[in-house]
Amino acid sequence: MIKDITLGQFFPGKSVIHRLDPRIKLLLTVIYIVMLFVADTFAGLGAGVLFMLISFLLSGIPLKMMLKSIKPLLPIILFTGILNLFFISTGDILFEWGIIKITSGGVTTMIFMASRIVLLICGTSLLTYTTSPITLTDAIERILSPLKVIKFPAHEIAMMMTIALRFIPTLIEETDKIMSAQKARGADLESGNIIRRAKALIPILIPLFVSAFRRAEELALAMECRCYRGGEGRTRLKQLKTAPRDYVATAVAVLFLAAVIVLNRFSPL
Amino acid sequence: MGIIRTENLTYVYGEGTPFRKVAVDGVSLDIDEGEIVGIIGHTGSGKSTLIQHFNGLLKPTSGKVFIDGEELFADKSRLKEIRFKVGLVFQYPEHQLFEETVYKDIAFGPKNMGLSDGETDRRIRETARLVGLREELLEKSPFELSGGQKRRVAIAGVMAMEPKVLILDEPTAGLDPRGRDRILGLIKEYHAEKGTTVLLVSHSMEDVAKTVSKILVMNDAKVFMYSDRSSVFAKSAELTSMGLTVPQVTRVFDRLREMGIEFEDEVFSVDYAKDLVMRLLAEKRG
Repeated sequence: MIKDITLGQFFPGKSVIHRLDPRIKLLLTVIYIVMLFVADTFAGLGAGVLFMLISFLLSGIPLKMMLKSIKPLLPIILFTGILNLFFISTGDILFEWGIIKITSGGVTTMIFMASRIVLLICGTSLLTYTTSPITLTDAIERILSPLKVIKFPAHEIAMMMTIALRFIPTLIEETDKIMSAQKARGADLESGNIIRRAKALIPILIPLFVSAFRRAEELALAMECRCYRGGEGRTRLKQLKTAPRDYVATAVAVLFLAAVIVLNRFSPL
Repeated sequence: MGIIRTENLTYVYGEGTPFRKVAVDGVSLDIDEGEIVGIIGHTGSGKSTLIQHFNGLLKPTSGKVFIDGEELFADKSRLKEIRFKVGLVFQYPEHQLFEETVYKDIAFGPKNMGLSDGETDRRIRETARLVGLREELLEKSPFELSGGQKRRVAIAGVMAMEPKVLILDEPTAGLDPRGRDRILGLIKEYHAEKGTTVLLVSHSMEDVAKTVSKILVMNDAKVFMYSDRSSVFAKSAELTSMGLTVPQVTRVFDRLREMGIEFEDEVFSVDYAKDLVMRLLAEKRG
């Protein structure tokens, strides 16, 4: 069913990772990504794996959920892996057949690229699994707020993101309902060529847009009724505060980054 | 065998996830042709899920559904055909309107059935009359109409398919009392004129009581009972424990009977109650 699409994939919990300040978590994710791209030895990548493993174990997210987040990107991982395998021709030749040549350099790059992508997905998924979308946009607003000096609408952008996230499930549900209603009137969404199928979408898209506009108008009215006047002078119910654990986490991440850089230099691999 | 029959129908949402929920649990039903049935139950009792099985929008997790003697999902290529026998009007059906004119919107269903233009035109005019839409409204945009009118256009869109069974999910939700009476009135008229089977889903006992002859009570994904009005309302204590109520006027008259006033019939509507009171008063006066 269409409802199975998860966009906000927050997995509620009370672990240390969940409780970290979302701003710090964003920062940690950036450090982690840098770590992955700086690493060009297996030892460096191993440090990345270790960092990921520690965060994952601390978060208490089931392994199944993590695997689920990798699954949809598996074709891309395989595709890049295979491309690297065949098109990189450095190192010793391990296998040759006609024009196909597999070299040790190709194998190394393939393993490297694939694990980098997997680690990247795991890291960012961990961020969205442990941080609710609303807190995440809050954090983004706070991180971007210094840019207000140059008239950057940080609050407005964060509010727009919050509203968009809030309405994704609602609109999915709505689409589901409209699809059922039109199917009940004999709409055929599954057969015919591409033009017929595109045409069959009209009875779904028009009501969907109409309802999205109606909701937008109602929401704007409701916000105005509650005296919403933009970000100026607004206080928050939940203040973001950093705690000692946030500094510890940052220190650990920086140490790992340093380790990766050092390993790049001195590791034989 | 009735027009709609289910055997041990079970439907589970989100099987294999932490959000698993049994929405319909082992429902076996047999609804006769030409019946006008009210389906009641509080929110989340499985009414809406149940009716979506009747035209194959949902596939049962286990169990079988028969429409007009034919099993749904036995042959996938027949599904569309069977679907045309069961017209389903969803909650807030006006949200599905999309065409430029009311006429074209009502035509959507009949066109999908592959009917000729002449036949489509006949059906549109007939249903428009049935739901009380004036001719000149047919050329207007459905988005210019009032809420009640939009709803009637949407209902007409399903009626124009002339299904053997018409199912309406909360057709009066969000309407004012006048709009509500109007919709219920036209459903009754449609039933009287066409003689087709009508299923009316609602959580308003008042609405159901004055419109239908038989009532199906759903509770916690199961059928609590399926019987005629008076035997259902006789179980007022059980209904109350399920979060449902017997119509106010029925309660008043039950109380009057307990107080020793004698009359034969069960009272379900205010109109009928008025007549009865007048008659009783006239008798008393001699």
